[in-house]
Amino acid sequence: MKRIALPVLSAALVACGLLAGLTVSAKPVTYTLPEETAAFKPGPNLDVVQGNCGSCHSSDYVLTQPKGAKFGKDFWQAEVTKMITVFGAPIEPGDVPKIVDYLTATY
Amino acid sequence: MLNRRTILKGSSALAAGLSPLTALADTVTLPFGNGERPLVKYPQKRPMIGLTSRPPQLETPFSVFNENVITPNDAFFVRYHLANIPLEIDPDTYTIDIKGKVDKPVKLTLAALKRMASVEIVAVNQCSGNSRGFSEPRVPGGQSANGAMGNARWRGVPLKTVLAQAGVQSGAKQVVFNGLDTPVIDKTPDFVKALEIDHATDGEVMLAYQMNGQDLPMLNGFPVRLVVPGYYGTYWIKHLSEITVIDTVFDGFWMKSAYRIPDTENASIEPGTAPKATVPIGRFNVRSFVTSLASGAKVTAGTTTLKGIAFDGGTGIKEVAVSIDDGKTWTPAKLGTDLGKYSFREWTLPVTLAAGAHVLKVRATSNGGKVQPDKAGWNPPGYMRNVIETYTVTAA
Repeated sequence: MKRIALPVLSAALVACGLLAGLTVSAKPVTYTLPEETAAFKPGPNLDVVQGNCGSCHSSDYVLTQPKGAKFGKDFWQAEVTKMITVFGAPIEPGDVPKIVDYLTATY
Repeated sequence: MLNRRTILKGSSALAAGLSPLTALADTVTLPFGNGERPLVKYPQKRPMIGLTSRPPQLETPFSVFNENVITPNDAFFVRYHLANIPLEIDPDTYTIDIKGKVDKPVKLTLAALKRMASVEIVAVNQCSGNSRGFSEPRVPGGQSANGAMGNARWRGVPLKTVLAQAGVQSGAKQVVFNGLDTPVIDKTPDFVKALEIDHATDGEVMLAYQMNGQDLPMLNGFPVRLVVPGYYGTYWIKHLSEITVIDTVFDGFWMKSAYRIPDTENASIEPGTAPKATVPIGRFNVRSFVTSLASGAKVTAGTTTLKGIAFDGGTGIKEVAVSIDDGKTWTPAKLGTDLGKYSFREWTLPVTLAAGAHVLKVRATSNGGKVQPDKAGWNPPGYMRNVIETYTVTAA
């Protein structure tokens, strides 16, 4: 595989070198993130969760948390409270129980 | 000569390289509860273990650590905190503001930084929460296995040199670092970190613009990141944009409330309890791993050469010992090339395994005299795991 890759690589390096030689100033370096495929699972008040939680982070932050007795309603209540008090999430007080119920029932 | 099989392998690798945004259908299951993760492909990266997508957090598949004691850039782990990450950076206009308690504030361009005398250091970067998923009892947070670490050759300019250009004023206490990543909403605390002035000017803390001889990958902090040898990754600010010298103790959220450890031996407290006092997380504790096999592996009975890595927070590795009888007896391994006290240190040891099941363990001792514990420590944020690793293998 190495023997194939090397000529391709050196051709690419030559091309880059030529480009660099012709360009007076370097262009901005851009980066394209892959499309986000993670999504909040269907559940009660999904729209409230998508609007509030999903505006700052992807759903996999929720999905990958540990499971078990300690990670029930109290845990999710504490997480939502932390998002509001520590990270400044502008969640309407009326939405808090809806989000906690969704997280408890769905994850 | 090339054979057909080689050509096929080569062409599929090229095809994969041409479609970097293709989602891979593969998943991996990390060895703890709820450990299923997608394998994801990002530009400049090989398939990585996807922890989160916005902001991106990518874990290195552990088999990478068996390839080379230096972790390739395309396999180096990624950890962000805030979702507004820079996706377009112009190296021509990029500047780092050096300000605060300095005689002469400096706007340092990338070109000017690269004209300064540079140094090179091989150093491990490890996430504070590396291995958090193994915490027992489990704790919330990013549920990583052991792949939120990597070892690279960093080239850049000592922070000491850069600060000297600006002239640090007397009475300076700390140096504060900010990068181009920002919160989505204004009320979220920006990710800003601080080091004590003596640490910042020790000549080792570096503004790195190269990683393993190349520009930093975008997700690893292009074009300049702070390198803080021996210290957890939380201090290694990416896309470094502001350096502020202060004469107080910085009280931002990410220093005052987050990334703190119990002020106890090895940051450990009774599981399930709360710490009495906390301090900011600092240097790595000593760790070692087998890389040549994973727990659950099947090996051929007879002689097998085990290989792995060990590292600590900067005293270097004195000894790596291996047990093939569940910790009853230990044999020192042969240490590989010394790439410096902040690097992974490779180790090898031929062992003879009779047919049947075996419990292997690996234990490192640092030059500072610290030994990995045989029982895992615990703290609420799940930081600094360094228990002796155990591998169950079957020889046949």
